[in-house]
Amino acid sequence: MFSGKVFGALAGATVLALSATGAVAQPKDKVKVGFIYVGPVGDHGWSYQHDQGRQAIEKAFPGKVTTTFVESVPEADSERAIEQLARTGHDLIFTTSFGFMEPTLKVAKKYPNIKFEHATGFKRNPNLSTYAAKFHEGRYIIGQIAGKMTKSNTIGYVGAFPIPEVIAGINAFYLGAQSVNPAVKIKIVFANTWYDPAKEGDAAKALLDQGVDMLAQHTDSPAPIQAAEARGKFGFGQASDMERFAPKAQLTAIVDNWSDYYVARTKAVLDGTWKSEDVWGGINAHMVVMSPYKNMPDDVKKLAEETEAAIKSGKLNPFKCPIMGQDGKEIECKGQGALSDEQVLGMNFYVKGIEDKIPQ
Amino acid sequence: MRFELTPRTNASTMMRVFASVAAFITAFLIAGFVIWLMGRSPIAAFDVYVLQPLSDPWSLQELVVKATPMALIAIGLAYCFRANLWNIGAEGQYVIGAVLGGWLALRTHGSDAGFWVLPLMLLLGVIGGALWGLIPAFLKTRFGVNEILTSLMLVYVAQLILDYLVRGPWRDPKGFNFPQSVTFDPSATLHPIFEGGRVHYGAVFAAIAVLVTAIILGRTLFGYRLKLTGDAPRAARFAGFSSKATTLAVFAISGGLAGLAGILEVSGQIGQLQPSISPGYGFTAITVAFLGRLNPVGILVASLVVALTFIGGESAQIMLKLPLDLTQAFQGILLMCVLAADAMVSYRIRFATRGGGK
Repeated sequence: MFSGKVFGALAGATVLALSATGAVAQPKDKVKVGFIYVGPVGDHGWSYQHDQGRQAIEKAFPGKVTTTFVESVPEADSERAIEQLARTGHDLIFTTSFGFMEPTLKVAKKYPNIKFEHATGFKRNPNLSTYAAKFHEGRYIIGQIAGKMTKSNTIGYVGAFPIPEVIAGINAFYLGAQSVNPAVKIKIVFANTWYDPAKEGDAAKALLDQGVDMLAQHTDSPAPIQAAEARGKFGFGQASDMERFAPKAQLTAIVDNWSDYYVARTKAVLDGTWKSEDVWGGINAHMVVMSPYKNMPDDVKKLAEETEAAIKSGKLNPFKCPIMGQDGKEIECKGQGALSDEQVLGMNFYVKGIEDKIPQ
Repeated sequence: MRFELTPRTNASTMMRVFASVAAFITAFLIAGFVIWLMGRSPIAAFDVYVLQPLSDPWSLQELVVKATPMALIAIGLAYCFRANLWNIGAEGQYVIGAVLGGWLALRTHGSDAGFWVLPLMLLLGVIGGALWGLIPAFLKTRFGVNEILTSLMLVYVAQLILDYLVRGPWRDPKGFNFPQSVTFDPSATLHPIFEGGRVHYGAVFAAIAVLVTAIILGRTLFGYRLKLTGDAPRAARFAGFSSKATTLAVFAISGGLAGLAGILEVSGQIGQLQPSISPGYGFTAITVAFLGRLNPVGILVASLVVALTFIGGESAQIMLKLPLDLTQAFQGILLMCVLAADAMVSYRIRFATRGGGK
């Protein structure tokens, strides 16, 4: 009886100790990091930049980190791919597209001891962080450049899907253009794809045919900026520096820099200090990087650099109130002097001066 | 020198089975050679691609999950293809099935609806897919419009309807304006067969579809009628079989099965409506149908083999760092080998020297 009780108590203590080891993160000597990409790693855009981040991890912790990626994972079929990574000894898993949100959450709940990081989503768990970048900060700068440089006073924008992130990008771009050229007009085409060079190129050509001479893009392939190059017009690189695809046309590129974040998060797992967080970094956090300003007059370059510095120091917020909606009425200002994060993350309206309608 | 193909009259079942096996071995040898050229071990690749997924309970489950929609759709397509009717639009029928079934899930969301929701959703899925499939069938029988074009174009229409719904009226009001519906209630969710597993009751439907189709195609007048319509349309007409009725019937069946696959996937795997609900199952199923030689049991095997290439392909990316393109190339090689083997069983190949000078 007595010994049985002691045994039971001992067993109970062991279980407690075990669960404590599971709950409190311990420093690790070696970490295996996995990535799920929505596109091909060679898209030279979104997935390519995430892969640059993966390579940065390998360089930062030689001998301590191994990395793996699975590319072109369809969103509707991603749960299995994520679970494959979870089952093959990965300690930290980055799922790098909004559409992976529900599957990531499901797998994260099933594997509580593995850390997950989901890009651009909003559902979190004690072992699931979310992270995103304020690309609209960069779009405000390229908007100013386009507004200054346009001769036809009409600028074009190739968007992927009319989701909040893209809408916020269009608004920031147009607000930037308007700030230096109040009469400027914008034409918007949605390609309904993140990556399809043929469709993106067609959308760009349609815009150029309509007389735009500045072309911004929120799709991932170099096709739109290449179309601008072929017509002797100007454009802006998306996600990565696309200068080699359009050396004469690229004025600058908004580069997604995930490397710093990925290295920091991997270090947190190595140190045992990883916590579930929601990170939204911009130019300030070095998540959004402007590639060198080229092919433009000195005064435009100076303006762009000043705007970049002002955003970095926090002096300038692209969504500074008052912001007018398309109907000319002021949008309620829910943040401090600017729209709140929630308003930007869920943006579903165009600002005053944009004549298109958001496709519904 | 040129090739001549003369039909064989004595192709036996044994020969066909043997040819399939030979085709698989050839495909693996070609793929192994490519992997060897890339400087990797073909044996390790075979282990990761084939042996490991087949020896692990988790990946066996995943195999069934992945094969279920492909098998269901491909079995439906077999009805069409046997009758020489080309339904290329199963992807669209899948989507409309998911939309119509999903409508009920969204309508009953938040209400204490009972057990009847799920069966009714599945029924609506079948009806949606069948109706969508009947459009090209109707256009063909009434106006003689080519069904290949109309069924294919309707895929894009279906996808845009879904896209419109999840961005507009069916969007989750609490979802930060992202294009997706609310997640389905438990009463509208197809549950796993085993607690904590991923295989859901959709697999049972696929098994039933295989059985029923095997009986219909092999043992009924309707099955014979399809075969006759496909092989000898004039004879079928003389026999009094209406080609219009056949066309409508097979498109309704294949559309219905594709629609069922769609609603099963949405309610069993995805759990909500979103712009993309299929990684191209409707198109992959065409490959599956031909790999399985339009035979229900063959299709079941083929769907598992194709599922294996997907799962093995992911493992190969993770374990061996082999690119995804290799998986897709392998699927293509496999189909080519099977079709070539089929041709060699059905036809005798003769090398003929160019006869006579001019």
